[in-house]
Amino acid sequence: MELTGAQILLECLKREGVEVVFGFPGGAVIDIYNELPNASFKHVLVRHEQGAIHAADGYARASGKVGVCLVTSGPGATNTVTGIATAYMDSIPVVILTGQVPTPLIGNDAFQEVDIVGITRPCTKHNYLVKDVNDLAHVIRQAFFLARSGRPGPVLVDLPKDIMQTRTKFVWPADVNMRSYNPNYKPHAGQIRKVAQLIRESERPIIYAGGGVISSHAHEALTWLAENLHIPVTATLMGLGCFPGDNKRLWLGMLGMHGTYAANMGINNADLVLAIGARFDDRVTGKVSTFAPKATLVHIDIDPTSIQKNVSVHVPIVSDCRLALEALKEELEPSLADYDFEGGHMPWITKVGVWAKEHPLTYKPSATTIKPQYVVEKLHEITKGDAIICTEVGQNQMWAAQFYTFNKPNTFLSSGGLGTMGYGFPAAIGAQFACPDKMVIDIAGDGSIQMNIQELATSVCNNLGVKIVILNNGFLGMVRQWQELFYKKNYCETCMDAQPDFVKLAEAYGATGFRITQVEDVERVLRQALDTPGTVIVDVRVEKEENVYPMVPAGASLTDMLLV
Amino acid sequence: MRHTLSVTVENEPGVLSRVAGLFSGRGFNIESLNVGPTLDPGISVMTITTEGDEQIIEQIVKQLRKLITVIKVVDLTELKSVLREMVLMKINANDANRAEILRTVDIFRCKVVDVSIDEITIEATGNYDKIAAILSLLTRFGVKEISRSGMVAMKRSVQNS
Ligand SMILES: Cc1ncc(C[n+]2csc(CCOP(=O)(O)OP(=O)(O)O)c2C)c(N)n1
Ligand SMILES: [Mg+2]
Repeated sequence: MELTGAQILLECLKREGVEVVFGFPGGAVIDIYNELPNASFKHVLVRHEQGAIHAADGYARASGKVGVCLVTSGPGATNTVTGIATAYMDSIPVVILTGQVPTPLIGNDAFQEVDIVGITRPCTKHNYLVKDVNDLAHVIRQAFFLARSGRPGPVLVDLPKDIMQTRTKFVWPADVNMRSYNPNYKPHAGQIRKVAQLIRESERPIIYAGGGVISSHAHEALTWLAENLHIPVTATLMGLGCFPGDNKRLWLGMLGMHGTYAANMGINNADLVLAIGARFDDRVTGKVSTFAPKATLVHIDIDPTSIQKNVSVHVPIVSDCRLALEALKEELEPSLADYDFEGGHMPWITKVGVWAKEHPLTYKPSATTIKPQYVVEKLHEITKGDAIICTEVGQNQMWAAQFYTFNKPNTFLSSGGLGTMGYGFPAAIGAQFACPDKMVIDIAGDGSIQMNIQELATSVCNNLGVKIVILNNGFLGMVRQWQELFYKKNYCETCMDAQPDFVKLAEAYGATGFRITQVEDVERVLRQALDTPGTVIVDVRVEKEENVYPMVPAGASLTDMLLV
Repeated sequence: MRHTLSVTVENEPGVLSRVAGLFSGRGFNIESLNVGPTLDPGISVMTITTEGDEQIIEQIVKQLRKLITVIKVVDLTELKSVLREMVLMKINANDANRAEILRTVDIFRCKVVDVSIDEITIEATGNYDKIAAILSLLTRFGVKEISRSGMVAMKRSVQNS
């Protein structure tokens, strides 16, 4: 039987196991929408295409599956670009389906035509324009395969309207075979032996873990290695949750610009740094030439281009992080009988522990104003650390990372690489679809939340229990912090005291709003808010000029930390 | 140092802009680029000459390999290889210098492909050094127009001798 392109598309999505698609209709995709009543998946109608792509991304991060979004040509497609770049920078598997004008009109500046394949070439893992309906099934198959394999990432498929209308026989390709794409998953055995030996010989080893540990499901292997070989662990923003934050002996907290004193001092004094699924981003390394000056550097990553890009490493391993760490475990497990890792690393762990005690993550508590860090701590306490935390960008993001202790992977969803304000709330919607039974909280800033606030409608009409906690400082706080510290307090255009009444705004959308202005109300009202069914906004009026510390100024060495 | 890369790619629309976009987006420089089909209609070969230190060249090669439409990348600089570029040059000529120009053309085994009263168009083929030498000798007569193919290259059959 012959099917139309639109029908073939839906059949492909069904076979890929797609459960939910976030989208917004328009002329170029109307044929696809016309078939939606027969779809095997749920379609979630957003209020802005940026919301769709972030929701697909949040769904992917929380579930580990491929997120999907569907938008029309022209402005529908361009509205997804920020979200595509966000997913690209953080290596998140999403497939973006964009409508396109009919093939005979392509290149004519037709109504709502835009070269979205050209526009997104540098911010997708790969992209396609389907020009023949007979290519459709294998392009969709390849798109999902590329998105989730190797180093994951966004893949865009541009679908001209006439292709969606054309009929052909549906053939599902038996498998994906691409001569030009063959990621290397298995670690090199010789390199693994070398690393094992380095670990046996090291006195001051440290693990520096990134998002790759989470996307490759390497957290168990990592935890085994750290606990059995007695190696302290630090992680990037993207790596939070890859190792239990409750492990007070080995967990040092995040490293880098707003990393902990212990993590940054640990990196600075280590004799062996195991960089796993991380990419030596400038926000992590500070001044590169002074990063880990005393250490032998081992770098495990699936993407060869990450290795030797920013930092020259001694032992590179191109492989899947989980397979590499499991190989290391196999290599080192027999050594547990012969080597006293615990005793050997004891002086180092003690030293790191002293740093952690000298300068723990902290803030000056106040009886009169609400400290944002206190709010995050309370959220952790009330949810028993078991919520999925999304963040916006800025101080709210850093306080969430620092003060909500993460114990499990896929529970901290934040735009790390691109730093996209407006990410957190739509991502929380996506995460709530992925994990309907979980508490999902967006820790937000008063600036960022206004960037995708329209998705309140999406959240309310899908009866989602997403909770938005706004750390409302009346400022674009992180920029204000830089102005305070490095630009002589010239608070130019960062004061946002003209803001909507967030409680009334929530109510206008049919959500519930709370406001907290007194310290003594924080715990009680937060509990009440989290217990309230449905979508909730909590507007917490926090200390306006609180800063995020520690802070390594941009371009400085990790040891040059400004402390509380 | 200058490197010559031979890049085998899928012959499909957009592949050139993927490669060119990679270079511009990451701040790598392309000195010359030549693309042509192979006997397999599904495959094209690009020859790219670029400059950079070892770490940059390593990044360029790895980034090229990461492109989904790139099948193979070989850095010919590390191998014994044949490199050729073709240059067409239109040179000012008059009775006084015509003989000198033709002699130079002869020494370098170039070809005269077009003549008029006051111009000579020649075709020169060679590797980097030869082309550079020809250019330095002929520019003094005044080159009116120049068109270069960019380097094409191939690994030699026998590598160890
Ligand atoms: C889309 C976008 N525009 C601008 C920025 C630059 N920026 C980074 S943090 C920040 C302030 C965010 O303010 P708010 O959401 O109130 O968070 P706070 O820092 O106050 O917690 C800005 C403007 C950004 N990251 N993303
Ligand atoms: Mg703010």
